[in-house]
Amino acid sequence: MNDVVAALGGIGLGDRLLTGPAALAAFSSDAQTAFQQRAIAVVVAETVGEVQAAVRVCHAAGVPFVARGSGTSLSGGSLPVEGGVLIALNRMNRVLRVDADTRTAVVEPGVINLDVTRAATPHGLYYAPDPSSQSICTIGGNIAFNSGGAHCLLHGMTSNHVLGVRVVLPDGELAELGGPSAETPGPDWTGLFCGSEGLFGIVVEATLRLMPVPEAVRTSLAVYDSLEAAGDAVAQIVRAGLLPVALEIMDALAIEAAEASVKPGYPPGATALLIVELEGERDVVDADAARLDALLTASGAREFLATEDLDERALIWKGRKAAFSAVGWLAPDYIVQDGVVPRTRLGEALVEIGRMSEESGIRVANVFHAGDGNLHPLILFDSAVPGELERAERLGGDILRLCIALGGSITGEHGVGIEKREYLPLMYAPDDLAAMRRLRDGVDPAGLANPGKMLAPEAA
Amino acid sequence: MRHALPMAQIGPQAEPMARAIGACVHCGFCLPSCPTYVELGEEMDSPRGRIILMKEALEGTIELEAALPHVDRCLGCLACVSACPSGVQYGELLTPFRAYAEPRRKRGVLERVQRRLVLQTLPYPRRLRLAARAARLARPVARVLPTSLATMLRLLPRELPAAQPLPHIVPAEGERRARVALLAGCAQQVLDPDITAAAIRVLARNGVEVVIPADQGCCGALASHTGAAAQARAHARATMAAFPRDVDAVITTAAGCGSGMQEYGTLLLGEPDHDDAAQFAGGVVDVCAFLAELGLREAPATRAPVTVAYQDACHLAHAQGVHSAPRQLLDAIVGVTLIEVPEAELCCGSAGTYNVEQPEIAAALGRRKAVNLSATGAHVVASGNIGCMTQISTHLSELGHDLPVLHTIQLLDRAYARTM
Repeated sequence: MNDVVAALGGIGLGDRLLTGPAALAAFSSDAQTAFQQRAIAVVVAETVGEVQAAVRVCHAAGVPFVARGSGTSLSGGSLPVEGGVLIALNRMNRVLRVDADTRTAVVEPGVINLDVTRAATPHGLYYAPDPSSQSICTIGGNIAFNSGGAHCLLHGMTSNHVLGVRVVLPDGELAELGGPSAETPGPDWTGLFCGSEGLFGIVVEATLRLMPVPEAVRTSLAVYDSLEAAGDAVAQIVRAGLLPVALEIMDALAIEAAEASVKPGYPPGATALLIVELEGERDVVDADAARLDALLTASGAREFLATEDLDERALIWKGRKAAFSAVGWLAPDYIVQDGVVPRTRLGEALVEIGRMSEESGIRVANVFHAGDGNLHPLILFDSAVPGELERAERLGGDILRLCIALGGSITGEHGVGIEKREYLPLMYAPDDLAAMRRLRDGVDPAGLANPGKMLAPEAA
Repeated sequence: MRHALPMAQIGPQAEPMARAIGACVHCGFCLPSCPTYVELGEEMDSPRGRIILMKEALEGTIELEAALPHVDRCLGCLACVSACPSGVQYGELLTPFRAYAEPRRKRGVLERVQRRLVLQTLPYPRRLRLAARAARLARPVARVLPTSLATMLRLLPRELPAAQPLPHIVPAEGERRARVALLAGCAQQVLDPDITAAAIRVLARNGVEVVIPADQGCCGALASHTGAAAQARAHARATMAAFPRDVDAVITTAAGCGSGMQEYGTLLLGEPDHDDAAQFAGGVVDVCAFLAELGLREAPATRAPVTVAYQDACHLAHAQGVHSAPRQLLDAIVGVTLIEVPEAELCCGSAGTYNVEQPEIAAALGRRKAVNLSATGAHVVASGNIGCMTQISTHLSELGHDLPVLHTIQLLDRAYARTM
């Protein structure tokens, strides 16, 4: 262990090699604080060469390593591993270039998601994937976890927006996957890398696809007296052939949390709130808006409003995007789940979650990407009350089992990480899991890149 | 976040500290708002990182001395409180933690001398005048002094404005709409007595009777925010004793003082006079918040159009939540065009005694602020705190932009007097 630290000391990091107790404590978890682990050292990398050198040292010594951006993973994806090195990439935060002609941006992995859009704005472009933590989460982590976001309903997840990556493989070799355009011949290595949760190595540069800023954006807010009515409205909107860029639902508890926190000023007394956003060319949005308003009226919305004002829209989204952290106002602890169900079975899933919540006596706030059936039940509890943590965890597990039973998945966008790896066998047969392991072993035979995430260590 | 603080051992302050730790969900939304995280990019120097460090130091899983460099580097600007979606009252952890750490920590000789110098000089007008005179003599040798002392010299004005005796009571002009007591501010009264004078004139003109308690001194904010709890409590008690209670509000013109006084309840937690302190704290209002709420009687006008960049003082915007009031007041002045400053939420690096204790980071933030301010093309910079004004003015002139930096209330006053 000391040898590794000494060897890391030889790569010229100076005071960016952190081994003190304060640094190791501060870096001991990401946004999933149920898990804590101190690394043996933290490398605060500033160049590709430093990442490569650090990985080489780890590889030579057989020591595991974990990459970390801003540490906002909700599944413990950037949790250090025992006896391992943590490689912090948040200072590699330069947007290297924005090319308006090809609508691409080349960025370092520590660039904050929203900073890509900030750099693209002068060219009339933006970066579409928008996780709720977009003001701080980094592109490297977005790629590792194939992050989604409210607007991925129309635009697709991160993998749809990454054209190429430069990566440091688990043995320290530098590789280029994909290229500057979407039409790179050969296997889709970039696609394979997106969502690999750090098991295949570390992204050190990414070429991202940018989108033109739409001519018109119209956000509607509809109030319902039941979650099912809101869910039904979603089904009707999709059935009618409308293609909103985002379709989001918040329940009463989530609305209460948002109001306590960032005060978005949602219409009071709502049991469920449906957010629908349309974007595109002016006349398309206008035509769709007329149809949408008719649909919302027919769907039994108690009231609804629509706005194209930038500040008003920002406030609506602020409430939605702060919802996870905002439940901190309602309970001392929470677990956020990320299960997915087929959109057609959304209503069924919500009724069942409500029943399970009542039965266990554990409150659940619901805020979710209704358009793609990605649920985010927020399980509220107080770990100071004996037994509550266990009951909350059991409820979380039951919800995931429910999602699978309904034909869905245990994760939509937060990743498996360390948090949900025990549930992976519920979704995949032993053969599937063995194939995943063989793939991992092919890229990382020594199992040093973020080991223990996604795939649980095999029983000895 | 779960914690296991030894509550009884910490004492009455453990309650608010535990609440802040418990509310943090470690989501990281605070990171981009934190000046030291933006500058240094390391988790230990971020709000959520410091919460972990303070928690672990209190729990005993890391040494206090390991946590302190990072806690010391915190400006206490509370931008993280504005950014936090979970409602973590970070200040209610930081201030008691500093008080907890102070008697338990080891400080070097130079550090002790410097700290004593600051805490025994700044809050006492007579001593501060003396120090400024001494500083003028010391300037030629500034190069050989330690950075922090040299910074102190640099921030002290070359010429001090003449001391102005304050009236005890100023009647409202016209019909009386309110009666308030005004904190003159200790350091502010030496560095720029015009701020208090301007506040009195503007308040009176708007129908407010102003009482200026004669035996008032320092409010204790400076001591409180740097962990000198005993001194802070003494100042707080003296201030509460000096101020009348038959007023509609206690008005402050320095954001740091205002936030310090609004924290009297926490400061005196577990003390016999806690309830009184909490009540007193509830009546403390910043001059801009008070005036915006009351409404200006008539909108003043400048003689010529002027572009004003308003820079939020952290202890006004983040600690007191006063964000729109000063903007409303400036916007009400006919002839003023108000412009927003890029990175307005980022601290200028002044932060009480911070620019003396952490001169490098303070200077980096000061330069950053000055660059952002001069890029706006404004004619005047307005702010709500003497410390920020001094820091901004110093760094603007180092950039070669000698823009006037005024308190919001001074701008109103000059517009009323038609001198601007």
